[in-house]
Amino acid sequence: MTSAIDTEHGRRTYSAHAHPLWRRLLVTRESAIIGLLFLVVLVATIAVPNFDSPLTLTFLIREIAPILLIALPMTLIIITEEIDLSVASIVGLSSVITGLGVQAGWPLPFAAVVAILVGTVAGAINGALVTFVGLPSLAVTIGTLALFRGIAVGLLGTTAISDFPEFWTDLTRMNIPGTPMPLIIVPFLVLAIIFGVLLHFTPFGRSLYAIGLNKEAAAFSGINVGLTKFWLFVMSGAVSGYAGVYFTLLYNNARGDNATGLELQIIAAVLLGGVSIFGGRGALPGVIAGVLLIGTLSSALRLAGVTSDIINVITGVLLVASVVSASFLAWLRTKRVSAIGRKKGRAEASDG
Amino acid sequence: MFTLKRKRFGVGLAAVAATAALVLTGCSSDGSSDGGSSDGGSDAGSSDVSITMLPKNLGNPYFDTSTGGAEEAVSEMGGTFEEVGPSEASPTSQVQYIQTAAQQGVGGLIVSANDPEAICDALDEARSVGVKVVTFDSDTNPECRDLFINQATAEGIAQVQVDLITEQIGDEGQIAILSASANATNQNAWIEMMEAELEANHPNVELVEVAYGDDDDQTSFDKTAALLQTYPELKGIVSPTTVGIAAAARYLQTSEFQGEVALTGLGTPNQMREYVEDGTVTAFALWNPADLGYLAAYATAALISGEITGAEGDTFDAGTLGSYEVGADASVLLGDPYVFDADNIGDFDF
Repeated sequence: MTSAIDTEHGRRTYSAHAHPLWRRLLVTRESAIIGLLFLVVLVATIAVPNFDSPLTLTFLIREIAPILLIALPMTLIIITEEIDLSVASIVGLSSVITGLGVQAGWPLPFAAVVAILVGTVAGAINGALVTFVGLPSLAVTIGTLALFRGIAVGLLGTTAISDFPEFWTDLTRMNIPGTPMPLIIVPFLVLAIIFGVLLHFTPFGRSLYAIGLNKEAAAFSGINVGLTKFWLFVMSGAVSGYAGVYFTLLYNNARGDNATGLELQIIAAVLLGGVSIFGGRGALPGVIAGVLLIGTLSSALRLAGVTSDIINVITGVLLVASVVSASFLAWLRTKRVSAIGRKKGRAEASDG
Repeated sequence: MFTLKRKRFGVGLAAVAATAALVLTGCSSDGSSDGGSSDGGSDAGSSDVSITMLPKNLGNPYFDTSTGGAEEAVSEMGGTFEEVGPSEASPTSQVQYIQTAAQQGVGGLIVSANDPEAICDALDEARSVGVKVVTFDSDTNPECRDLFINQATAEGIAQVQVDLITEQIGDEGQIAILSASANATNQNAWIEMMEAELEANHPNVELVEVAYGDDDDQTSFDKTAALLQTYPELKGIVSPTTVGIAAAARYLQTSEFQGEVALTGLGTPNQMREYVEDGTVTAFALWNPADLGYLAAYATAALISGEITGAEGDTFDAGTLGSYEVGADASVLLGDPYVFDADNIGDFDF
């Protein structure tokens, strides 16, 4: 009898380690977000006229594509307890570079590659300041948010460039033949798979969680914390640069102030998707659901004739509620864990 | 047992996660059969007028007035009317609302463009599902819309402002222009024509500088101060933007230059009332945005009903404004700018 209970305890302890805290918590977080996404889609389909149309999907994917893209590296960065607030400014900078390149007579693919390279360099600057200078990423990227935006607006002034080759602007608006899915979802899916594999199936990915949970312990176990973070910021810059090219072609408009404020939408979606702002916890499927949820919700609300101010309020409330519920779940969990501990302690005491 | 359940639960959720996207796309594409086609062009001759108005941004008194005019026109015609828009005047945020209008399959969309090019493709998509697109106040490229309701010709606006300033300064001396942003299409067109008109007919008037206040109150205020300090001989300022003229008037009112330096341009009566009443400003010009919205709504309805197609020479009835004719480039002209002064400003409230 006693030994049976002990085995039960042993198994429980073992499996708790097999599924670490973050993962079990995440499972419930993700399920909530995905459930909510289902609910929003269902309610909107029933209650909002015209939501149930292929155009809705096409427009929705196009609109959230830059957010989806940048949310990928952002997830990895936030898991390591860092943040990149400069992403939207890199989008703007990349947009301006694309525009100026095309204006200078470069072929678009070349201008795009240069723009992505500029984004990558911008990311490397963030990474170097965080890693080699040792500054907190919040401070660094608040600074570069202003810096990159300043350069972007400085380069192009308040004018806009919009004479892009039609072939490329049409391509960004094309659907996969026979479906309402925009073609631009393909590069996103490729990147999502790359980032998903990187985060969830490689030692590199596991090292990110380790860094987020305990930087010192991660360093002691042989993870090069600094270099890891450096590469994350480089990736973030490159993806933001790519998103900038996409943004420019989609709206046929290169402007220094493009995508202003996008960083907040991205971070909001990432947090809504279950990534902890304190690091160490989160997964890409949840993040993708989070982005889809915010996008679907605002699309449905717009269709229902709700004004943009109210939409902002609703998404804001949703975000705060999600962060509060995450903290509440975490608190509940620590309470339960300590209760188990006490129970176990009592059982051992009575055995002895 | 407990652990096992947990694990299965997790696997189940992963499956749900995987199908979520599929379901989302699935149910949306299911709707394709009934969504797009029925809203399309089939009911072109319908008398059911549904119009969406998309100003540059919401919470802007000028657009509130034009929306009021459009709403009045739609209610006269017995249609449905909705105003949507972003809180900040950016082209990319306008695109979302154009797409929403296309999804809703509204009959007509009246839009003031934040960028002549950036919203073009979105407008084309809306038109391809049967939405009639009418621009007002700020146009897109002509091929992106069915009709442009022009508040005044560039010539008319340039002319009235040159007339006002030269009259106020006695047709000689230095003047400056306080514009909005350097890339504002309409402002630049007016400025070019004002320069040409000054050169041709007012040889004693010298335009010393075109300053840009970016349609920002504080920037315009500061630029006014800078202009007056840089050119002590300055006799007049023309500000072809409602934000700029009000900021410049506010500066003049509190400075030693009040009554000494003439100020005119494009302003709204409510903004300029106190400056006209205290003599800071003698006269300024504008069109009536309420009339502009009203005309746009009637023109849109005429497009929806098929009464006009936007071809040059088409005529339609615009309620109390009378009959209008479509001009070149599928545009309709509201009329000459209106000059406001101490005698008539009391008659207006916008």
